[in-house]
Amino acid sequence: MSVFPFSIETRTRRTRFSAIIPPLIAVCTTIVASIIILTSLDVSPSRALYYLYIAPMATRFNFAEVILKMAPLLLIAQGLAIGFRARIWNIGAEGQLIMGAIGGSLLPIWFNDSGNILMLPAMVVVGAIFGMAWAAIAAVLRVRMNANEILVTLMLNSIALQVLYYLISGPLRDPFGFNFPQSALFPDVAMLPILLANTRANISIFFAVLVTLLAWFFMQRSFPGYRLQVGGSAPDAARYAGFGEKQAIWVSLLVGGTCAGIAGVFEVAGPLGQLQRVVTPGYGFAAIIVAFLGGLNALGILAAAFFMALIYVGGDIAQTSAKVPYSVNTILQGVLLVSYIASRVFSDYRVRLRKPAYNRQERV
Amino acid sequence: MKQATESRRGDPLLVISDLTKRFGEFTANDGISLELEPGEIHAILGENGAGKSTLMKMIYGVLKPDSGTLKWRGKPVILHNPAHARALGIGMVFQHFSLFESLTVAENISLAIPETVKLLRSRIAEVSTRYGLPVDPDALVHKLAMGQRQRVEITRCLLQEPQLIIMDEPTSVLPPSAVPILFETIRKLAASGCAVLFISHKLEEIRSLCHKATVMRAGRIVATVDPAVESSASLAKLMIGRDIPHPSRSAAKPSDVPALSLHNLTLAPDDPFGTRLDDISLQVRPGEIVGIAGVSGNGQRELAAVLSGEQPLPAKQNGSVRLFGGDCGHSDCGHRRAQGMAFVPEDRNGRGSVAEMTLEQNALLTGYARNLVAYGFVRNAAVSKFAQDCIHEMDVRCSGGDAEARSLSGGNLQKFIVGRELALKPKILVASQPTWGVDIGAASAIRQRLVDLRDEGVAILIISDELEELVEIADRVHALFRGSLSPSIERGDVTDELIGSYMAGNFSPEKLSVEVSGP
Repeated sequence: MSVFPFSIETRTRRTRFSAIIPPLIAVCTTIVASIIILTSLDVSPSRALYYLYIAPMATRFNFAEVILKMAPLLLIAQGLAIGFRARIWNIGAEGQLIMGAIGGSLLPIWFNDSGNILMLPAMVVVGAIFGMAWAAIAAVLRVRMNANEILVTLMLNSIALQVLYYLISGPLRDPFGFNFPQSALFPDVAMLPILLANTRANISIFFAVLVTLLAWFFMQRSFPGYRLQVGGSAPDAARYAGFGEKQAIWVSLLVGGTCAGIAGVFEVAGPLGQLQRVVTPGYGFAAIIVAFLGGLNALGILAAAFFMALIYVGGDIAQTSAKVPYSVNTILQGVLLVSYIASRVFSDYRVRLRKPAYNRQERV
Repeated sequence: MKQATESRRGDPLLVISDLTKRFGEFTANDGISLELEPGEIHAILGENGAGKSTLMKMIYGVLKPDSGTLKWRGKPVILHNPAHARALGIGMVFQHFSLFESLTVAENISLAIPETVKLLRSRIAEVSTRYGLPVDPDALVHKLAMGQRQRVEITRCLLQEPQLIIMDEPTSVLPPSAVPILFETIRKLAASGCAVLFISHKLEEIRSLCHKATVMRAGRIVATVDPAVESSASLAKLMIGRDIPHPSRSAAKPSDVPALSLHNLTLAPDDPFGTRLDDISLQVRPGEIVGIAGVSGNGQRELAAVLSGEQPLPAKQNGSVRLFGGDCGHSDCGHRRAQGMAFVPEDRNGRGSVAEMTLEQNALLTGYARNLVAYGFVRNAAVSKFAQDCIHEMDVRCSGGDAEARSLSGGNLQKFIVGRELALKPKILVASQPTWGVDIGAASAIRQRLVDLRDEGVAILIISDELEELVEIADRVHALFRGSLSPSIERGDVTDELIGSYMAGNFSPEKLSVEVSGP
């Protein structure tokens, strides 16, 4: 019948481990791939392993960097995962993060010498609204005109970046900044408190973990979370039950946009301390990988965000210590995603070689 | 039985000995043996789940037996796949057609037979005249009625010159008027020496058509009989192992105000191959069961979607669907449920339930309004109890409330869904194929529950292509034909001839309008 010497069948039996195995395989594959890649760049395998995966955890400062990068990845991925469970594909977290960073920067730029302790909470609120509003554009277009949210959110990323470039070259540029495209430095009240002295790690990780718990609770225990999952797994069943699709689109995109927007505020109010041309090293895209690697499960995402942050920091260390190009980072993210998807195929389906039926009959 | 074998001379075409097939713990076929002569019309009779389909799939090479042998024309064979079976001369006409709707008849057939469309057209014409299967080779399949589509399937099968044709419930898709034509074809086939395995659970058909009947129950053969000398009741008893219980019922006492009504509903389908609903008017009053008969594909799916709210109506249709007199054409399922409607959908997988969710989660799907949610949070204990009640009430066979919906057999899942919708204590119940795939015992329990609900004053609408079911429980029956609804026939006036002619479209539009403006 088929020209292929194998057939692919859906696995019907699942164990409690079947959800954990694909991410573990993906992580192992990525570790092996990273060693091969770095070895090809004349770094010995043991050094490669050390730079990428040991060094980030070996010193207090490096570990603080991992925590620092884990926070936005975790926060954004939790927001995205809620939408992904409902099969609403928000690929625009990067743009929503940028808009959040812009929104969060307005208050400290306009009230640059303020000492009001409500500054930081207010920045978070404004940034969240900006991120949410940016995602709302995609929601309106999808609900009203059935425009594909993947394309809309993806293209809005580029627009958000251009908006940022315009603002920091003009309206939000530091008037005393020698025409550099960046804003004034934020006042102290606009900065996130540091978690570990003499490092850059700040309290944003607490917020991200809190959001993780909320996300877990929302998806596991709340009725709106249940409705989103029904809509994602069986749209016909959702319609039959009377769960509106529009509502699902709105909730999914707004939650994702809000989380990304807050992550943007935390970048400018944390490691950056001002609005710059580069506010994110691709967190918005990496968080998509994190969400899937975590199996779209709030607790799984916690582990996935840690590993992704490890690669980020390890890549930086390898770059400075072994002079490997920055693109190693991007490549490893790609390897992680592809190997995760590939291992999901093998965990969800069984690939069987087609044997001639005669052989089978002998067993009878 | 021995006599019957001797009376048709010649060697047996197919001999099956001791065929067994297990799926995990479950034995679907247990030591099945049977013989088939050339030119014999042999019925395989049994309830849903008796193992008929498994047996046919083994004969057609879709499934491999765990043990036992197949002898084809005296030689032992091991069927690798359906292509191998076809090459040997075994053809099968499935219950669900495998035709591309956007292609013509000849194009569809050319996909299965390696010949040019041009050459095929003359062969199609020749085969169809020989066996009385009139079919236009150039017609697009989506324009054909179900009976015609079936002819295409049969023609495709015949072009491969089979010596054995397996027909899986061929009459289930046909209006009553088309059945005699099919039987004539089958008799001609048999007369030309082709053997026919005829799968059915309709006893009258088997008695009038078949030379021999093998009755299956729970994976085993319980009897091989001459159907002509058996009565329908004795065949039924063999089939289910006891007498069929009939629901007890009293006369309907409907109130005068309709709970659910349609007023001149006309709706073009979104789906290009869907059915247009044409000027449908209908009333369902509290305390009565209204049945909608018809061969599937005549607008049942579209009508059910309009009633449930899955298909919202455009603004110009305002007033054509009313709940307790109030317009509801624009409101979605959720709003209608809030007003006391419940629905049993035709598709139990993916619509009536979410396959990868547990039964408890599936209970929440429509049970949420029964105090299962507090302040936006799911009350797990209450959900669990609600699911247990549904499982217990309908005797759903499963490992418990945490079993995934996909782990249940179709009939059991159907029982769960029906149980869940009944547990909502609806004021109006719309059920499509409520007992589809459910075994006879459970089906009669479901029917009894529906009659009881009616007596409690619930308005019930049942859309079913099982005419027997409607005749058994409905107080009035309409027929749906190509999107038009026939006048209703009162319970006492229902005859097979009348309902059959309505199902074939023989009702006049004038009569329809008179009926609607009536009481």
